[in-house]
Amino acid sequence: MDDGKSTLIGRLLYDTKSIFEDQLEHVEQSSKRRGDGYTNLALLTDGLRAEREQGITIDVAYRYFHTPRRKFIIADTPGHEQYTRNMVTGASTADLALVLVDARKGVLEQSRRHAFIASLLRIPHLVVCVNKMDLVDWDQSVFDRITAEFSGWLAKLDIHDVTFIPISALHGDNVVDRSAKMPWYAGSSLLYHLEHVHVASDRNLRDPRFPVQWVVRPMTDEHHDYRGYAGEVASGVLRTGDEVVVLPSGKTSRIASIDVFEGELEEAYPPLSVTLRLEDDIDVSRGDMICRPENRPTEAREIDAMVCWMSERPLSPSSRYRIKHTSRAALAKVDEVRYRIDVNSLHRDKEANGLELNEIGRLRLRLSTPLFVDEYRRNRATGSFILIDESTNDTVGAGMVL
Amino acid sequence: MSVLDSPPEARGDHMTYEISHLRALESEAIHVIREVAADLESGVLLFSGGKDSAVLLHLARKAFHPAALPFPVMHVDTGHNFPEVIEYRDRMVADVGAELIVASVQESIDKGRVVEEKGPRASRNRLQSVTLLDALEEHGFKAAFGGARRDEERARAKERIMSFRDDFGQWDPKAQRPELWNLYNGYIKPGEGVRVFPLSNWTELDVWQYISEEGIDLPSIYFAHERLVFRRDGMLYATSEFVELLPGEKPFAESVRFRTVGDMSCTGAVASEAATLEAVVAEIAATRITERGETRADDRVSEAAMEDRKKEGYF
Repeated sequence: MDDGKSTLIGRLLYDTKSIFEDQLEHVEQSSKRRGDGYTNLALLTDGLRAEREQGITIDVAYRYFHTPRRKFIIADTPGHEQYTRNMVTGASTADLALVLVDARKGVLEQSRRHAFIASLLRIPHLVVCVNKMDLVDWDQSVFDRITAEFSGWLAKLDIHDVTFIPISALHGDNVVDRSAKMPWYAGSSLLYHLEHVHVASDRNLRDPRFPVQWVVRPMTDEHHDYRGYAGEVASGVLRTGDEVVVLPSGKTSRIASIDVFEGELEEAYPPLSVTLRLEDDIDVSRGDMICRPENRPTEAREIDAMVCWMSERPLSPSSRYRIKHTSRAALAKVDEVRYRIDVNSLHRDKEANGLELNEIGRLRLRLSTPLFVDEYRRNRATGSFILIDESTNDTVGAGMVL
Repeated sequence: MSVLDSPPEARGDHMTYEISHLRALESEAIHVIREVAADLESGVLLFSGGKDSAVLLHLARKAFHPAALPFPVMHVDTGHNFPEVIEYRDRMVADVGAELIVASVQESIDKGRVVEEKGPRASRNRLQSVTLLDALEEHGFKAAFGGARRDEERARAKERIMSFRDDFGQWDPKAQRPELWNLYNGYIKPGEGVRVFPLSNWTELDVWQYISEEGIDLPSIYFAHERLVFRRDGMLYATSEFVELLPGEKPFAESVRFRTVGDMSCTGAVASEAATLEAVVAEIAATRITERGETRADDRVSEAAMEDRKKEGYF
C-alpha cells in the first residue's frame, strides 16, 4: 500500500466501528502534542516509539476488523523499496492485496512494484484503489486513464482477478458506501467488494498433502496402543479409508481415523489441524509427508526457486543455509544465481552473482536431504520455504519453488 | 489482507470445505503449539488464570490429545491475586493433569532480586518480568507460550507469533525475524529463548465467542457479582489488603465484572449486570472501549508503556 494508506485504513476501521473510543482519544491527544494539524490516524497503526518519532512505518502491523459478513486481518506494510522484505512477509499469508494509486500522480514505480510482489507471492485477488478522486474533481477520464495504464502493466504479471475502484479515503467516497459524487462508476464500494470476494476456491483442494508435525503417543493404560500423526492439512481432502503413502519411506497404508479432540472426522481439508491414524504400523516421524499414492509431490534434491533476500548480509553463490519447508528441515547450498529481477522494471539481470537485502532473484539450490515440494503457483503451502543463516540463526530468505 | 470467514455456501450438492473463523484461528494456534513443542523441546505454558491463558491451555490440550501436555504450566504469582483465580488455577491444572510451577514475585523480593514499590499506587506488575526471566533460566525453558493478542495493544500488534528474545530476555522490535507463511524459525543459541503467542490473531471478541462455543470454564470474577470497590482515575478497583486508599477514596458496593485478570492492585473492574457467558459476549460485542484502556492501570504510564516493559522481558 502507498499513498493515503493510513487514511484509508483509518477510514475502514472508523466506518466499521472498529476503532475504540479510548484509542481515538489517545490518537487525538498525541496528534495535538506532536503539533499535527489534524487527527493523525497513522498513529493508530504505527505502534513503535521509533515509528511515531520518525513518522514512518518500519514493520508489518496487523489490524483486525469485522463486519456482520466477514472478519478481516489487515497486514499494514510500509511501501518503500527498502521495506520490500516486510511487504513480502505481509503478502505471504494474504488472500487479497490492496494497492493505492494517487489520482493526481498516476501509476508510479511504487504501485507497479507492489503489484509485482502481489503476483510473485500469488495473492489471488488484487484491488487497485485510485485515491484522492476529490482532488481531480471526480473526473472519470482520470480514472479511466489510470485503469488502462495499470492494466497494461498487469498483463505482464500473473494476476487473474483485478478490480479498480475510484475512492476518496479522506472523505470516505466509495470506501464503505457508494459515492454520490461519481455516478459514472457502476461498481461496488471497497468494503462491499472485500465482503463478497470469493476466497474459498483459492485453496488447493486437489492435492492431498499432510506434513507430519508431531507423533502422538500417549503411553497410558487407557491409550496404550495409540499412535497418531498430528499436523495441519496443507492441501487437498483426506478421508477415512483413503489409501496413502508416507514419504520418504514410500510405505503405503490406509487412513484408519481422523482424530480431533471432540472425536473423529469423516474428512479433513485445509487448514484443519488434525491427527491421523493409519491402519498399518509403519514408521512415520516429524518431517514426513503423507499423500496419495497416485498424487505425490516432487521428491527434490535440487530446486529452482524465486527468493526474496531479507538480510543485511548478502547472499553469495556456494554459501550454505538451513532450509525449512513444511515441518521438514535440511541444508541448502546455493549452486547458482540464475538472475536477479529488477522489481521496478521486471528486467532480468543474468550477470548478477548474489542478492542484497530486499532483492529478488532466481536461485538453484542443492539440498542435503530430499524435500517434498510442489510448484508454489499450484500449492502455496508445499511450494514455500525459508532460508536460515547457520551462524546467526536469522531468517534470511523467503523462497517460492518454481 | 486475509479473510478468515465466509458464510457457508453449498453449490448444488458440492461441498465447499469452508470452516468458521473460530475453527481457522483454533487450527492456526494448534499448528503453532505443535511446531514449537517439536522444534524447541523444552517449553512452558504461562498461565495466569485469565481468559486468554484459559483458551491457550484448552488449545494445548487439544494439540496433543489424547496424550498429556509435553510441557508444564507456570504461573508467575505476584502474591496479589484474586482468591477466585488461584482456586480456578489449581482446579484447571488438576483437570488437565499438567505439572504446575509457581514462580513467586514475593520470593524475588525476599531474595533481593527486586525492590517492592511503595505507596498507594504501588504495583507488582513490573516486578514480574524479573521473576519470569529468573524462572525461565532456572528451569532451562527455551520457549514460553503466552496468551497475548495483537489487538490488545499497539506494541503487541508489531510482535511476531514466535518472538525471539536475547540472553537478557529482551525484545528488540527493530530486529525481529521475518515470519512468512506458517513457517517458524525456532533456531536459537544457548541462553536465548522465544516467546510464543498462538492467539496473536485473535480479538477479544473471538476469545469470548470461542469460550462460549467450547464451554470453557473461567474464574467467577469474569461474571457480574456484587463487590466492594473504589474509584481511582476514572476506574473501579476492588478493595483488598494489597491496595492503600488515597484520601477521599471511599469503598462502595457495586455489581461488577472483570474484563482482564492481573495483579489486584492494577486491574480495574467494569460496572456490569452480565452474569452469564451469553450476556458477557453481548456486552463485549457492543463495547466501545478497549479492554486494556478500560481496566489496566499499567498501560497508562506512558505512550510506550507496553513497548518498554516488553523490552525488559515482560510477557
